[in-house]
Amino acid sequence: MPRLIDTAGVELKNPWHLLPRDGALVAPDQPPASGKLEDALASPTSHLIVNATLWQQHKQELLASGKQIAVWLDSDQHADMIAADLARIPLVALNFPGFMDGRSYSTAVVLRKHHGYKGELRAIGDVLRDQLFYMKRCGFTTFDLRDTVKLEDARRAFHDYSASYASTVEEPTPLFRRRG
Amino acid sequence: MYRYDSHDRQMQQERIEQFRDQTRRFLAGELASAQFLPLRLQNGLYVQRLAPMLRVAVPYGCLSTPQLRKLAFIARHFDKGYAHFSTRQNVQFNWPKLEEVPDILAQLAEVEMHANQTSGNCIRNTTTDQFAGVSPYEIEDSRPWCEIIRQWSTFHPEFAHLPRKFKIAVCGTEHDQAATQVHDIGLYIVKNFTGDVGFQVLVGGGLGRTPVIGSVIREFLPWQHLLSYLDAIVRIYNQEGRRDNKYKARIKILVKELGVDVFRNKVEAEWLHCKDGPATLTLAEFDRCKSFFSEPPYESLTDVNADVENLLMRDVLFSQWHDRNVHAHKKSGYRIVTLCLKATGSAPGDLSAEQMEFVADLADKYSFGELRVTHEQNLVLTDVRLADLPALHKALKDEHLATPYRGLLNDIISCPGGDFCSLANAKSIPIAEAIQRRFDDYEKLKNIGEMTLNISGCMNACGHHHVGNIGILGVDKKGEEFYQIALGGSSDRQTSLGKILGPSFAQEEIPDVVEKIIAVYLEKRLGTERFIETFNRIGIEPFKEYVYAKVD
Repeated sequence: MPRLIDTAGVELKNPWHLLPRDGALVAPDQPPASGKLEDALASPTSHLIVNATLWQQHKQELLASGKQIAVWLDSDQHADMIAADLARIPLVALNFPGFMDGRSYSTAVVLRKHHGYKGELRAIGDVLRDQLFYMKRCGFTTFDLRDTVKLEDARRAFHDYSASYASTVEEPTPLFRRRG
Repeated sequence: MYRYDSHDRQMQQERIEQFRDQTRRFLAGELASAQFLPLRLQNGLYVQRLAPMLRVAVPYGCLSTPQLRKLAFIARHFDKGYAHFSTRQNVQFNWPKLEEVPDILAQLAEVEMHANQTSGNCIRNTTTDQFAGVSPYEIEDSRPWCEIIRQWSTFHPEFAHLPRKFKIAVCGTEHDQAATQVHDIGLYIVKNFTGDVGFQVLVGGGLGRTPVIGSVIREFLPWQHLLSYLDAIVRIYNQEGRRDNKYKARIKILVKELGVDVFRNKVEAEWLHCKDGPATLTLAEFDRCKSFFSEPPYESLTDVNADVENLLMRDVLFSQWHDRNVHAHKKSGYRIVTLCLKATGSAPGDLSAEQMEFVADLADKYSFGELRVTHEQNLVLTDVRLADLPALHKALKDEHLATPYRGLLNDIISCPGGDFCSLANAKSIPIAEAIQRRFDDYEKLKNIGEMTLNISGCMNACGHHHVGNIGILGVDKKGEEFYQIALGGSSDRQTSLGKILGPSFAQEEIPDVVEKIIAVYLEKRLGTERFIETFNRIGIEPFKEYVYAKVD
């Protein structure tokens, strides 16, 4: 099972259950399941992360289900799909189908900077040690670590750099405005 | 030269420690090859045909003598005693050991150099005109802007995993020597009617398999907004650039598929979100960056020198070199000097450790300790006193660095090709050498006049063959190396892409073919027309007819 950590590298309990997008799995090691509305509603879990497509189609039913509902975006799905609903979404998960697919970094920035999203932003999928620092800089707050990553390595990763040149979500003031 | 402060130093140190740990984990089997791949690439490390290759950044081509001496040291201690200056103002070592690369990076950091993002799907070394800051034909010095872009792009957390590599060029001179229009983003420094500085922004240029000239998406971007606008462009590309096919992943394909107007609208809409935010540049930051490129202590000199005049009359070699390799300078009594690394028989752009140290000594003696690396794979001394030209020429001549071919046919731009590169279809260096041997005569070359000849060993076009007046491309035909020739390319302000002449040729035919092409030009040219001008006037047909004429 992937372990969930925060930006301090502390392991967190994960009450959330993720429903896949139809026809697409989050990660190769996820068991196949359906992303249909009936499965979502019938699921015994109280915390569900549904794909943005299902959210768009069945927002009202999902919200009326009595469950906590969060939304995940695949790397080819744009933040615009959920931008109007962000106040109602406590957690947005962004997928990395492969660690070299960098689209979700920009989606994170768009959610945080343009839409002012303040909730939990979770990296899911191919989440590896060597990308954690940049993910944190782009506004991710929790990380569904792949099994192969050692927890102590992941903890260290958040301290790979002491500063960034560019304006980032985590430190919006670029270095050039902070140089003494 | 830009100098690191404590922040720059610390981040570079952290980068090296990070890569040292990544290398250790890879060698210990904790990090899979596929996962290590982009990490090593973004630290400049390729795995090549014979050994790894390490590409070191020379930011916008500026090099100090301690840096050049360090490159010589690395060549000698970690490599086989030489290095290759590339078409992207970088330096490549062809024989480092993978496990020693972190140590090489630590050596580089001692002289404020690095290999950050010199490869991989990220923002690469920003390049510019090698005469920036010293050209008499300059609108604005591009170097402070390049440094601002270098810092913004370095370790940019959002843009480390783009669909494909991303190259930015900045040009502030009238005669573009930076091939600005064939970059993912090309920035021409311009002034508006009130004299304010800004940028004309071109997007979607590039060479490779699908050569494209960049399209203007903004005629005037006020300088304060440079970084937020770059953020907007790269963000759109990161989100929408194709990732299903490596060969369609560059921004040029996205711009073509969307159409430039749609692409522009997306960028402008995205920019509205970032405009006037914290990334807005301040005058204080511009002034800070500019202060690193202030003028050296020039003397007040007249622009004529009797000794030089005298030598021009009686020393043929000096006169040839002066004619080709010495350029006008913005300061009276000073000249820019190109060291043409194209001596016949040596690989274009290669320099031995001894030559590097020798050149460093000359730069200390004659050019305030600074040099430039050019995308034509030459070196430049930017600030030579007119009176020092005779002594400099003599010193260069003794070391075979006074080849007077700058800007002539034999000033060939060539990738390392199949002798070194694992991507190449064919060799490049022996082709360059065969052509150079055929034309190795100053009077002959001078008569042909200014022109460019570029060779790439494969479609990736590291030798920029699409924008050579004569462009030669190595192709693979059933396991055999052949060469396709194109004519009419150019990478200056009037950038054009070469047109393919016809069926490809075997290696040994190339010098004859080039000679025939030149013969057509010499026969057809009017007055002082350059090759490219004649070509643009008469088109490709006369060349085609003569080169492929049946011999009875």
